[in-house]
Amino acid sequence: MAEMLSYGFMQNALMAAVLVSLVSGVIGTLVVLKRMVFISGGVAHTAYGGVGLAFYFGVNPILGAVAFSLLASFLMGYVQRKTRQRQDTLIGVMWAIGMAIGIIFADLTPGYKADLMSYLFGSILAVTNADLLLMLAVDILVISLVVLFYKELQATAFDETFARVRNLPVDLLYVILIAMIGLSVVMLMRVVGLIMIIALLTVPAAIGAMYLKNMKHIMWLATGLSLVFTIGGLLISYTYNLSSGATIILVSGGTYLIALALHRFCRRCPN
Amino acid sequence: MVEIKALPQVEIKNLYGGYDHETVLEDINLTIWKNDFIGLIGPNGGGKTTLLKIILGLLPPKKGSVRVMGQPPQKGRQHIGYVPQFAIFDSDFPISVYDVVKMGRLSGKRIFKRLTDKDNDIVEEKLARVDLLDYKNRGIRELSGGQRQRVYIARALATEPEMLLLDEPTISVDFESRKKIYELLHNINQQGVTILLVSHDLNVISSYVKTIGCLNRNFHYHGEKEITEAMLQAGYNCPVDLIAHGLPHRVLADHQEGR
Repeated sequence: MAEMLSYGFMQNALMAAVLVSLVSGVIGTLVVLKRMVFISGGVAHTAYGGVGLAFYFGVNPILGAVAFSLLASFLMGYVQRKTRQRQDTLIGVMWAIGMAIGIIFADLTPGYKADLMSYLFGSILAVTNADLLLMLAVDILVISLVVLFYKELQATAFDETFARVRNLPVDLLYVILIAMIGLSVVMLMRVVGLIMIIALLTVPAAIGAMYLKNMKHIMWLATGLSLVFTIGGLLISYTYNLSSGATIILVSGGTYLIALALHRFCRRCPN
Repeated sequence: MVEIKALPQVEIKNLYGGYDHETVLEDINLTIWKNDFIGLIGPNGGGKTTLLKIILGLLPPKKGSVRVMGQPPQKGRQHIGYVPQFAIFDSDFPISVYDVVKMGRLSGKRIFKRLTDKDNDIVEEKLARVDLLDYKNRGIRELSGGQRQRVYIARALATEPEMLLLDEPTISVDFESRKKIYELLHNINQQGVTILLVSHDLNVISSYVKTIGCLNRNFHYHGEKEITEAMLQAGYNCPVDLIAHGLPHRVLADHQEGR
Protein backbone atom coordinates (compact mmCIF):
# COMPACT_ATOMS: atom_id res chain seq x y z
CA MET A 1 0.00 0.00 0.00
CA ALA A 2 2.71 2.42 1.06
CA GLU A 3 4.71 1.43 -1.95
CA MET A 4 1.72 1.97 -4.18
CA LEU A 5 1.13 5.43 -2.79
CA SER A 6 4.72 6.41 -3.39
CA TYR A 7 4.19 6.45 -7.13
CA GLY A 8 3.46 9.86 -8.57
CA PHE A 9 0.91 8.44 -11.00
CA MET A 10 -0.95 6.85 -8.12
CA GLN A 11 -1.06 10.09 -6.18
CA ASN A 12 -2.41 11.81 -9.26
CA ALA A 13 -4.97 9.06 -9.73
CA LEU A 14 -6.23 9.44 -6.17
CA MET A 15 -6.51 13.19 -6.55
CA ALA A 16 -8.35 12.68 -9.82
CA ALA A 17 -10.72 10.32 -8.03
CA VAL A 18 -11.58 13.03 -5.52
CA LEU A 19 -12.06 15.73 -8.14
CA VAL A 20 -14.09 13.52 -10.43
CA SER A 21 -16.31 12.27 -7.61
CA LEU A 22 -17.45 15.81 -6.90
CA VAL A 23 -18.88 16.33 -10.40
CA SER A 24 -20.12 12.79 -10.56
CA GLY A 25 -22.08 13.34 -7.35
CA VAL A 26 -23.33 16.85 -7.98
CA ILE A 27 -23.99 16.82 -11.72
CA GLY A 28 -24.95 13.15 -11.67
CA THR A 29 -27.74 13.94 -9.22
CA LEU A 30 -29.15 16.57 -11.55
CA VAL A 31 -28.80 14.24 -14.55
CA VAL A 32 -30.68 11.48 -12.77
CA LEU A 33 -33.41 13.66 -11.29
CA LYS A 34 -33.96 15.56 -14.51
CA ARG A 35 -33.92 12.32 -16.52
CA MET A 36 -31.09 13.36 -18.79
CA VAL A 37 -29.18 10.10 -18.74
CA PHE A 38 -29.56 9.37 -22.42
CA ILE A 39 -28.59 12.86 -23.50
CA SER A 40 -25.51 12.68 -21.28
CA GLY A 41 -24.49 9.44 -22.94
CA GLY A 42 -24.93 11.13 -26.30
CA VAL A 43 -22.77 14.07 -25.28
CA ALA A 44 -20.05 11.74 -24.04
CA HIS A 45 -19.85 9.75 -27.24
CA THR A 46 -20.08 12.76 -29.51
CA ALA A 47 -17.10 14.23 -27.68
CA TYR A 48 -14.98 11.53 -29.27
CA GLY A 49 -15.35 13.37 -32.56
CA GLY A 50 -13.52 16.27 -30.95
CA VAL A 51 -10.78 13.98 -29.70
CA GLY A 52 -10.21 12.56 -33.20
CA LEU A 53 -10.23 16.00 -34.81
CA ALA A 54 -7.80 17.36 -32.24
CA PHE A 55 -5.45 14.45 -32.86
CA TYR A 56 -5.56 15.08 -36.58
CA PHE A 57 -4.74 18.75 -36.21
CA GLY A 58 -2.19 18.16 -33.48
CA VAL A 59 -4.09 20.02 -30.80
CA ASN A 60 -4.56 18.87 -27.20
CA PRO A 61 -7.37 16.28 -27.42
CA ILE A 62 -8.95 17.64 -24.25
CA LEU A 63 -9.59 20.92 -26.02
CA GLY A 64 -11.21 19.05 -28.89
CA ALA A 65 -13.30 17.07 -26.45
CA VAL A 66 -14.42 20.20 -24.61
CA ALA A 67 -15.39 21.94 -27.84
CA PHE A 68 -17.28 18.92 -29.15
CA SER A 69 -19.03 18.04 -25.95
CA LEU A 70 -20.21 21.61 -25.45
CA LEU A 71 -21.40 21.73 -29.06
CA ALA A 72 -23.12 18.37 -28.66
CA SER A 73 -24.70 19.50 -25.38
CA PHE A 74 -26.24 22.54 -26.95
CA LEU A 75 -27.38 20.72 -30.08
CA MET A 76 -28.91 17.86 -28.18
CA GLY A 77 -30.39 20.18 -25.62
CA TYR A 78 -31.98 22.14 -28.42
CA VAL A 79 -33.34 18.98 -30.00
CA GLN A 80 -34.72 17.79 -26.71
CA ARG A 81 -36.41 21.10 -26.03
CA LYS A 82 -37.69 22.05 -29.42
CA THR A 83 -38.66 18.94 -31.28
CA ARG A 84 -41.78 17.20 -30.20
CA GLN A 85 -41.03 13.82 -31.67
CA ARG A 86 -38.11 11.64 -32.48
CA GLN A 87 -35.80 13.41 -30.09
CA ASP A 88 -34.24 10.14 -29.00
CA THR A 89 -33.63 9.24 -32.64
CA LEU A 90 -31.96 12.57 -33.35
CA ILE A 91 -29.79 12.32 -30.27
CA GLY A 92 -28.88 8.76 -31.17
CA VAL A 93 -27.87 9.82 -34.68
CA MET A 94 -25.69 12.66 -33.39
CA TRP A 95 -24.17 10.26 -30.90
CA ALA A 96 -23.11 7.90 -33.68
CA ILE A 97 -21.94 10.64 -36.05
CA GLY A 98 -19.73 12.12 -33.34
CA MET A 99 -18.06 8.79 -32.74
CA ALA A 100 -17.67 8.14 -36.45
CA ILE A 101 -15.98 11.51 -36.98
CA GLY A 102 -13.55 10.65 -34.21
CA ILE A 103 -12.69 7.27 -35.70
CA ILE A 104 -12.26 8.61 -39.26
CA PHE A 105 -9.96 11.40 -38.17
CA ALA A 106 -8.00 8.97 -36.05
CA ASP A 107 -7.60 6.82 -39.18
CA LEU A 108 -6.38 9.84 -41.11
CA THR A 109 -3.82 10.69 -38.48
CA PRO A 110 -0.46 9.09 -39.21
CA GLY A 111 1.60 7.45 -36.49
CA TYR A 112 1.03 5.89 -33.11
CA LYS A 113 -2.51 6.23 -31.81
CA ALA A 114 -2.72 4.09 -28.72
CA ASP A 115 -3.52 7.16 -26.69
CA LEU A 116 -6.88 7.41 -28.43
CA MET A 117 -7.92 4.27 -26.64
CA SER A 118 -7.47 5.97 -23.31
CA TYR A 119 -10.31 8.33 -24.19
CA LEU A 120 -12.58 5.43 -24.95
CA PHE A 121 -11.77 3.33 -21.92
CA GLY A 122 -10.20 5.82 -19.55
CA SER A 123 -6.84 5.79 -17.86
CA ILE A 124 -6.94 7.22 -14.40
CA LEU A 125 -3.33 6.13 -13.96
CA ALA A 126 -2.22 8.41 -16.78
CA VAL A 127 -3.74 11.59 -15.35
CA THR A 128 -1.19 14.40 -15.59
CA ASN A 129 -0.75 17.48 -13.44
CA ALA A 130 -2.28 19.55 -16.23
CA ASP A 131 -5.31 17.25 -16.24
CA LEU A 132 -5.66 17.72 -12.51
CA LEU A 133 -5.64 21.49 -12.90
CA LEU A 134 -8.31 21.28 -15.57
CA MET A 135 -10.41 19.03 -13.34
CA LEU A 136 -10.03 21.43 -10.45
CA ALA A 137 -11.16 24.31 -12.65
CA VAL A 138 -14.21 22.37 -13.82
CA ASP A 139 -15.01 21.41 -10.22
CA ILE A 140 -14.87 24.99 -9.05
CA LEU A 141 -16.97 26.24 -11.94
CA VAL A 142 -19.60 23.52 -11.72
CA ILE A 143 -19.97 23.59 -7.97
CA SER A 144 -20.19 27.39 -7.86
CA LEU A 145 -22.94 27.33 -10.47
CA VAL A 146 -24.89 24.66 -8.64
CA VAL A 147 -24.58 26.49 -5.32
CA LEU A 148 -25.64 29.74 -6.98
CA PHE A 149 -28.69 28.28 -8.72
CA TYR A 150 -29.44 25.42 -6.34
CA LYS A 151 -33.06 26.17 -5.51
CA GLU A 152 -33.92 27.05 -9.09
CA LEU A 153 -32.23 23.94 -10.48
CA GLN A 154 -34.16 21.85 -8.00
CA ALA A 155 -37.44 23.54 -8.92
CA THR A 156 -36.95 23.03 -12.66
CA ALA A 157 -35.92 19.42 -12.14
CA PHE A 158 -39.07 18.75 -10.16
CA ASP A 159 -41.66 20.69 -12.12
CA GLU A 160 -40.55 22.79 -15.03
CA THR A 161 -43.99 24.17 -15.82
CA PHE A 162 -44.45 25.53 -12.34
CA ALA A 163 -40.96 27.02 -12.48
CA ARG A 164 -41.86 28.74 -15.73
CA VAL A 165 -45.07 30.15 -14.30
CA ARG A 166 -42.97 31.57 -11.46
CA ASN A 167 -40.90 33.28 -14.17
CA LEU A 168 -37.72 31.40 -13.34
CA PRO A 169 -35.26 31.46 -16.28
CA VAL A 170 -35.99 27.85 -17.15
CA ASP A 171 -34.29 27.88 -20.55
CA LEU A 172 -31.17 29.61 -19.27
CA LEU A 173 -30.94 27.11 -16.42
CA TYR A 174 -31.24 24.30 -18.91
CA VAL A 175 -28.39 25.71 -20.99
CA ILE A 176 -26.24 26.08 -17.89
CA LEU A 177 -27.02 22.55 -16.80
CA ILE A 178 -26.27 21.03 -20.15
CA ALA A 179 -23.01 22.94 -20.44
CA MET A 180 -22.07 21.64 -17.00
CA ILE A 181 -22.87 18.13 -18.19
CA GLY A 182 -20.62 18.67 -21.23
CA LEU A 183 -17.69 19.76 -19.05
CA SER A 184 -18.24 16.95 -16.56
CA VAL A 185 -18.26 14.44 -19.36
CA VAL A 186 -14.80 15.53 -20.53
CA MET A 187 -13.53 15.23 -17.00
CA LEU A 188 -14.98 11.78 -16.44
CA MET A 189 -13.64 10.69 -19.81
CA ARG A 190 -10.10 10.76 -18.40
CA VAL A 191 -11.06 8.43 -15.62
CA VAL A 192 -13.47 5.82 -16.94
CA GLY A 193 -13.51 6.56 -20.67
CA LEU A 194 -16.40 7.92 -22.63
CA ILE A 195 -18.04 4.55 -23.15
CA MET A 196 -18.57 4.10 -19.43
CA ILE A 197 -19.15 7.68 -18.32
CA ILE A 198 -22.85 7.09 -18.03
CA ALA A 199 -22.33 4.67 -15.18
CA LEU A 200 -20.31 7.04 -13.05
CA LEU A 201 -22.69 9.87 -13.80
CA THR A 202 -25.80 7.91 -12.87
CA VAL A 203 -25.10 5.06 -10.48
CA PRO A 204 -24.02 7.03 -7.38
CA ALA A 205 -26.89 9.51 -7.77
CA ALA A 206 -29.41 6.79 -8.49
CA ILE A 207 -28.46 4.97 -5.29
CA GLY A 208 -28.72 8.22 -3.37
CA ALA A 209 -32.12 9.00 -4.86
CA MET A 210 -33.38 5.58 -3.82
CA TYR A 211 -32.78 6.17 -0.14
CA LEU A 212 -32.80 9.93 0.44
CA LYS A 213 -35.29 12.69 -0.25
CA ASN A 214 -33.20 15.82 0.00
CA MET A 215 -31.33 16.78 -3.16
CA LYS A 216 -28.38 18.19 -1.22
CA HIS A 217 -28.03 14.98 0.76
CA ILE A 218 -28.27 12.95 -2.42
CA MET A 219 -25.45 15.01 -3.90
CA TRP A 220 -23.28 14.39 -0.86
CA LEU A 221 -23.99 10.69 -0.71
CA ALA A 222 -23.44 10.33 -4.45
CA THR A 223 -20.10 12.12 -4.16
CA GLY A 224 -19.09 9.79 -1.35
CA LEU A 225 -20.19 6.70 -3.24
CA SER A 226 -18.43 7.85 -6.35
CA LEU A 227 -15.25 8.30 -4.34
CA VAL A 228 -15.57 4.80 -2.90
CA PHE A 229 -16.21 3.34 -6.35
CA THR A 230 -13.30 5.07 -8.07
CA ILE A 231 -10.77 4.45 -5.33
CA GLY A 232 -12.06 0.93 -4.66
CA GLY A 233 -12.00 0.13 -8.36
CA LEU A 234 -8.56 1.65 -8.69
CA LEU A 235 -7.13 -0.49 -5.87
CA ILE A 236 -8.71 -3.66 -7.21
CA SER A 237 -7.49 -2.97 -10.72
CA TYR A 238 -4.00 -2.22 -9.40
CA THR A 239 -3.89 -5.35 -7.30
CA TYR A 240 -5.13 -7.72 -10.02
CA ASN A 241 -3.68 -5.85 -12.95
CA LEU A 242 -7.04 -5.07 -14.60
CA SER A 243 -8.29 -2.08 -16.61
CA SER A 244 -9.00 0.65 -14.10
CA GLY A 245 -11.97 2.18 -15.95
CA ALA A 246 -13.83 -1.09 -16.36
CA THR A 247 -13.08 -2.16 -12.79
CA ILE A 248 -14.45 1.12 -11.44
CA ILE A 249 -17.61 0.64 -13.47
CA LEU A 250 -18.09 -2.95 -12.34
CA VAL A 251 -17.69 -1.92 -8.72
CA SER A 252 -20.33 0.81 -9.13
CA GLY A 253 -22.63 -1.32 -11.24
CA GLY A 254 -22.43 -4.19 -8.77
CA THR A 255 -23.17 -1.88 -5.86
CA TYR A 256 -26.12 -0.44 -7.76
CA LEU A 257 -27.66 -3.86 -8.29
CA ILE A 258 -27.21 -4.72 -4.62
CA ALA A 259 -28.72 -1.38 -3.56
CA LEU A 260 -31.64 -1.90 -5.91
CA ALA A 261 -32.25 -5.40 -4.59
CA LEU A 262 -32.09 -4.17 -0.98
CA HIS A 263 -34.45 -1.34 -1.78
CA ARG A 264 -36.95 -3.70 -3.39
CA PHE A 265 -36.51 -6.11 -0.55
CA CYS A 266 -37.21 -3.69 2.25
CA ARG A 267 -40.08 -1.54 1.07
CA ARG A 268 -40.18 0.04 4.48
CA CYS A 269 -36.70 1.47 4.33
CA PRO A 270 -36.46 4.99 5.75
CA ASN A 271 -37.25 7.25 2.91
CA MET B 1 -72.32 39.52 -0.38
CA VAL B 2 -71.18 42.49 -2.38
CA GLU B 3 -68.96 41.52 -5.23
CA ILE B 4 -66.31 43.85 -6.47
CA LYS B 5 -66.67 43.46 -10.17
CA ALA B 6 -64.39 46.31 -11.11
CA LEU B 7 -61.26 44.28 -11.67
CA PRO B 8 -61.21 41.51 -14.23
CA GLN B 9 -58.46 39.05 -13.34
CA VAL B 10 -58.44 37.34 -16.66
CA GLU B 11 -59.77 38.92 -19.80
CA ILE B 12 -59.84 36.90 -22.99
CA LYS B 13 -61.16 38.39 -26.20
CA ASN B 14 -61.75 36.64 -29.53
CA LEU B 15 -59.06 34.12 -28.75
CA TYR B 16 -57.97 31.46 -31.22
CA GLY B 17 -55.46 29.00 -29.93
CA GLY B 18 -53.79 25.72 -30.70
CA TYR B 19 -50.65 24.19 -32.10
CA ASP B 20 -48.79 24.28 -35.39
CA HIS B 21 -51.36 22.76 -37.69
CA GLU B 22 -54.47 22.61 -35.64
CA THR B 23 -56.70 25.11 -33.99
CA VAL B 24 -58.15 23.82 -30.76
CA LEU B 25 -59.87 26.94 -29.50
CA GLU B 26 -62.11 29.15 -31.58
CA ASP B 27 -63.27 32.62 -30.75
CA ILE B 28 -63.11 32.30 -26.99
CA ASN B 29 -64.36 35.18 -24.86
CA LEU B 30 -64.06 34.97 -21.13
CA THR B 31 -63.79 37.45 -18.33
CA ILE B 32 -62.99 36.17 -14.88
CA TRP B 33 -63.85 38.52 -12.07
CA LYS B 34 -62.32 38.65 -8.67
CA ASN B 35 -63.73 36.11 -6.21
CA ASP B 36 -65.29 33.95 -8.85
CA PHE B 37 -65.04 30.19 -8.65
CA ILE B 38 -65.32 28.89 -12.18
CA GLY B 39 -65.61 25.24 -13.02
CA LEU B 40 -64.49 24.52 -16.54
CA ILE B 41 -65.76 21.32 -18.07
CA GLY B 42 -65.58 19.75 -21.49
CA PRO B 43 -64.49 16.63 -23.29
CA ASN B 44 -60.91 15.48 -23.68
CA GLY B 45 -59.33 17.31 -26.56
CA GLY B 46 -61.84 20.09 -26.12
CA GLY B 47 -59.04 22.55 -25.44
CA LYS B 48 -59.14 22.85 -21.66
CA THR B 49 -55.43 22.36 -21.20
CA THR B 50 -54.67 24.59 -24.19
CA LEU B 51 -56.70 27.38 -22.65
CA LEU B 52 -54.87 27.02 -19.34
CA LYS B 53 -51.52 27.13 -21.14
CA ILE B 54 -52.50 30.33 -22.89
CA ILE B 55 -53.67 31.95 -19.67
CA LEU B 56 -50.37 30.95 -18.05
CA GLY B 57 -48.36 32.39 -20.94
CA LEU B 58 -46.91 28.99 -21.80
CA LEU B 59 -48.43 29.02 -25.26
CA PRO B 60 -48.89 32.14 -27.38
CA PRO B 61 -52.40 32.69 -28.72
CA LYS B 62 -52.88 32.39 -32.47
CA LYS B 63 -55.20 35.33 -32.54
CA GLY B 64 -57.02 37.53 -30.09
CA SER B 65 -55.98 39.00 -26.78
CA VAL B 66 -55.35 37.68 -23.30
CA ARG B 67 -54.76 39.82 -20.26
CA VAL B 68 -53.99 38.46 -16.82
CA MET B 69 -54.37 40.94 -13.97
CA GLY B 70 -54.42 43.61 -16.66
CA GLN B 71 -51.02 42.53 -17.97
CA PRO B 72 -49.71 40.17 -20.64
CA PRO B 73 -49.89 36.58 -19.35
CA GLN B 74 -46.13 36.24 -18.95
CA LYS B 75 -46.16 39.09 -16.45
CA GLY B 76 -49.58 38.60 -14.93
CA ARG B 77 -49.01 34.90 -14.25
CA GLN B 78 -46.92 35.69 -11.22
CA HIS B 79 -50.22 36.35 -9.46
CA ILE B 80 -51.60 32.96 -10.41
CA GLY B 81 -51.07 29.95 -8.20
CA TYR B 82 -50.86 27.02 -10.59
CA VAL B 83 -51.79 23.51 -9.52
CA PRO B 84 -50.76 21.15 -12.31
CA GLN B 85 -52.29 17.90 -13.29
CA PHE B 86 -51.33 15.31 -10.76
CA ALA B 87 -50.72 12.59 -13.31
CA ILE B 88 -47.84 14.33 -15.07
CA PHE B 89 -45.53 14.06 -12.11
CA ASP B 90 -42.69 11.77 -11.50
CA SER B 91 -44.23 10.23 -8.42
CA ASP B 92 -40.86 8.83 -7.40
CA PHE B 93 -39.03 12.15 -7.21
CA PRO B 94 -36.97 12.34 -4.04
CA ILE B 95 -38.08 15.53 -2.32
CA SER B 96 -39.74 16.43 0.94
CA VAL B 97 -43.20 17.95 1.23
CA TYR B 98 -41.68 21.04 2.78
CA ASP B 99 -39.26 21.57 -0.09
CA VAL B 100 -42.04 21.26 -2.65
CA VAL B 101 -44.12 23.94 -0.95
CA LYS B 102 -41.03 26.11 -0.64
CA MET B 103 -40.87 26.25 -4.43
CA GLY B 104 -43.90 28.51 -4.23
CA ARG B 105 -41.65 31.15 -2.71
CA LEU B 106 -39.32 31.24 -5.71
CA SER B 107 -39.66 33.77 -8.43
CA GLY B 108 -37.67 35.24 -11.28
CA LYS B 109 -36.95 38.33 -9.20
CA ARG B 110 -35.39 36.44 -6.33
CA ILE B 111 -32.87 34.27 -8.07
CA PHE B 112 -29.72 35.12 -6.15
CA LYS B 113 -31.52 35.75 -2.89
CA ARG B 114 -31.78 33.32 -0.06
CA LEU B 115 -35.18 32.47 1.27
CA THR B 116 -35.90 34.17 4.59
CA ASP B 117 -37.57 33.26 7.85
CA LYS B 118 -40.67 34.93 6.54
CA ASP B 119 -40.69 32.55 3.58
CA ASN B 120 -40.43 29.61 5.95
CA ASP B 121 -43.31 30.99 8.01
CA ILE B 122 -45.43 31.24 4.89
CA VAL B 123 -44.57 27.68 3.91
CA GLU B 124 -45.58 26.40 7.34
CA GLU B 125 -48.75 28.43 7.29
CA LYS B 126 -49.81 27.06 3.91
CA LEU B 127 -48.98 23.51 4.97
CA ALA B 128 -51.21 24.00 7.99
CA ARG B 129 -53.86 25.43 5.68
CA VAL B 130 -54.05 22.19 3.72
CA ASP B 131 -53.78 20.18 6.91
CA LEU B 132 -50.40 18.63 6.14
CA LEU B 133 -48.08 20.36 8.58
CA ASP B 134 -47.41 17.04 10.31
CA TYR B 135 -46.22 15.64 7.00
CA LYS B 136 -43.73 18.35 6.18
CA ASN B 137 -40.66 16.15 6.52
CA ARG B 138 -42.14 13.23 4.64
CA GLY B 139 -41.02 12.45 1.13
CA ILE B 140 -43.58 13.39 -1.48
CA ARG B 141 -43.49 9.82 -2.80
CA GLU B 142 -44.72 8.51 0.54
CA LEU B 143 -48.02 10.36 0.27
CA SER B 144 -51.34 9.29 -1.12
CA GLY B 145 -52.69 10.89 -4.28
CA GLY B 146 -55.02 13.18 -2.37
CA GLN B 147 -52.33 14.30 0.04
CA ARG B 148 -49.96 14.99 -2.79
CA GLN B 149 -52.56 17.11 -4.51
CA ARG B 150 -52.98 19.13 -1.33
CA VAL B 151 -49.21 19.66 -1.27
CA TYR B 152 -49.45 21.20 -4.73
CA ILE B 153 -52.30 23.39 -3.58
CA ALA B 154 -50.14 24.51 -0.64
CA ARG B 155 -47.30 25.27 -3.05
CA ALA B 156 -49.66 27.36 -5.19
CA LEU B 157 -50.91 29.17 -2.08
CA ALA B 158 -47.34 29.87 -1.03
CA THR B 159 -47.03 32.15 -4.05
CA GLU B 160 -49.70 34.28 -2.32
CA PRO B 161 -51.80 34.38 -5.46
CA GLU B 162 -54.78 36.46 -6.49
CA MET B 163 -56.10 33.45 -8.29
CA LEU B 164 -55.71 29.68 -8.24
CA LEU B 165 -55.71 27.74 -11.45
CA LEU B 166 -56.18 24.01 -11.15
CA ASP B 167 -55.93 21.41 -13.90
CA GLU B 168 -57.92 18.27 -13.07
CA PRO B 169 -56.92 18.28 -9.41
CA THR B 170 -58.88 15.17 -8.52
CA ILE B 171 -57.83 12.69 -11.18
CA SER B 172 -56.95 9.41 -9.47
CA VAL B 173 -57.97 10.65 -6.06
CA ASP B 174 -60.46 8.73 -3.95
CA PHE B 175 -63.87 10.11 -3.10
CA GLU B 176 -63.15 11.18 0.48
CA SER B 177 -59.98 13.04 -0.53
CA ARG B 178 -61.86 14.61 -3.39
CA LYS B 179 -64.41 16.03 -1.02
CA LYS B 180 -61.66 17.31 1.22
CA ILE B 181 -59.96 19.03 -1.68
CA TYR B 182 -63.14 20.71 -2.88
CA GLU B 183 -64.02 21.87 0.61
CA LEU B 184 -60.53 23.29 0.92
CA LEU B 185 -60.93 25.14 -2.37
CA HIS B 186 -64.31 26.43 -1.27
CA ASN B 187 -62.74 27.91 1.89
CA ILE B 188 -59.86 29.38 -0.04
CA ASN B 189 -62.33 31.02 -2.39
CA GLN B 190 -64.30 32.40 0.55
CA GLN B 191 -61.15 34.14 1.67
CA GLY B 192 -60.96 36.11 -1.53
CA VAL B 193 -58.90 33.98 -3.90
CA THR B 194 -60.41 33.60 -7.35
CA ILE B 195 -60.44 30.03 -8.60
CA LEU B 196 -60.45 28.57 -12.08
CA LEU B 197 -60.89 24.83 -11.94
CA VAL B 198 -60.70 22.44 -14.85
CA SER B 199 -62.34 19.13 -14.17
CA HIS B 200 -64.25 16.20 -15.49
CA ASP B 201 -65.75 15.85 -12.13
CA LEU B 202 -68.95 17.76 -12.81
CA ASN B 203 -70.86 15.84 -10.23
CA VAL B 204 -68.74 17.15 -7.41
CA ILE B 205 -67.72 20.54 -8.67
CA SER B 206 -71.35 21.54 -9.19
CA SER B 207 -71.75 21.69 -5.42
CA TYR B 208 -68.85 24.07 -4.93
CA VAL B 209 -68.37 26.31 -7.95
CA LYS B 210 -70.09 29.62 -8.52
CA THR B 211 -70.14 29.51 -12.31
CA ILE B 212 -69.69 26.79 -14.89
CA GLY B 213 -68.31 27.05 -18.39
CA CYS B 214 -68.21 24.39 -21.05
CA LEU B 215 -65.37 24.18 -23.52
CA ASN B 216 -65.29 22.24 -26.75
CA ARG B 217 -63.46 24.33 -29.34
CA ASN B 218 -65.97 27.05 -28.58
CA PHE B 219 -66.80 28.27 -25.16
CA HIS B 220 -70.16 28.46 -23.53
CA TYR B 221 -70.31 30.54 -20.47
CA HIS B 222 -72.92 32.81 -19.03
CA GLY B 223 -71.35 33.73 -15.76
CA GLU B 224 -73.85 31.53 -14.04
CA LYS B 225 -73.89 28.27 -12.27
CA GLU B 226 -76.04 26.64 -14.81
CA ILE B 227 -75.55 24.37 -17.70
CA THR B 228 -77.92 25.82 -20.21
CA GLU B 229 -79.82 23.88 -22.72
CA ALA B 230 -77.86 25.68 -25.38
CA MET B 231 -74.64 24.21 -24.04
CA LEU B 232 -75.99 20.72 -24.39
CA GLN B 233 -77.91 21.30 -27.57
CA ALA B 234 -74.94 22.74 -29.34
CA GLY B 235 -73.42 19.34 -28.92
CA TYR B 236 -70.67 20.17 -26.54
CA ASN B 237 -70.43 16.64 -25.33
CA CYS B 238 -70.46 17.86 -21.81
CA PRO B 239 -70.58 14.80 -19.67
CA VAL B 240 -74.17 13.95 -20.26
CA ASP B 241 -73.97 10.77 -18.30
CA LEU B 242 -73.09 12.76 -15.23
CA ILE B 243 -75.93 15.10 -15.85
CA ALA B 244 -78.29 12.19 -16.16
CA HIS B 245 -77.04 10.52 -13.01
CA GLY B 246 -77.61 12.47 -9.90
CA LEU B 247 -76.46 15.92 -10.81
CA PRO B 248 -78.12 18.31 -8.37
CA HIS B 249 -81.20 19.66 -10.04
CA ARG B 250 -80.51 23.28 -9.32
CA VAL B 251 -77.48 23.19 -11.55
CA LEU B 252 -79.55 22.27 -14.50
CA ALA B 253 -82.62 24.29 -13.80
CA ASP B 254 -82.73 27.12 -11.32
CA HIS B 255 -81.13 30.45 -11.90
CA GLN B 256 -79.04 31.30 -8.91
CA GLU B 257 -79.83 34.48 -7.10
CA GLY B 258 -77.23 37.08 -6.45
CA ARG B 259 -74.97 36.09 -9.31
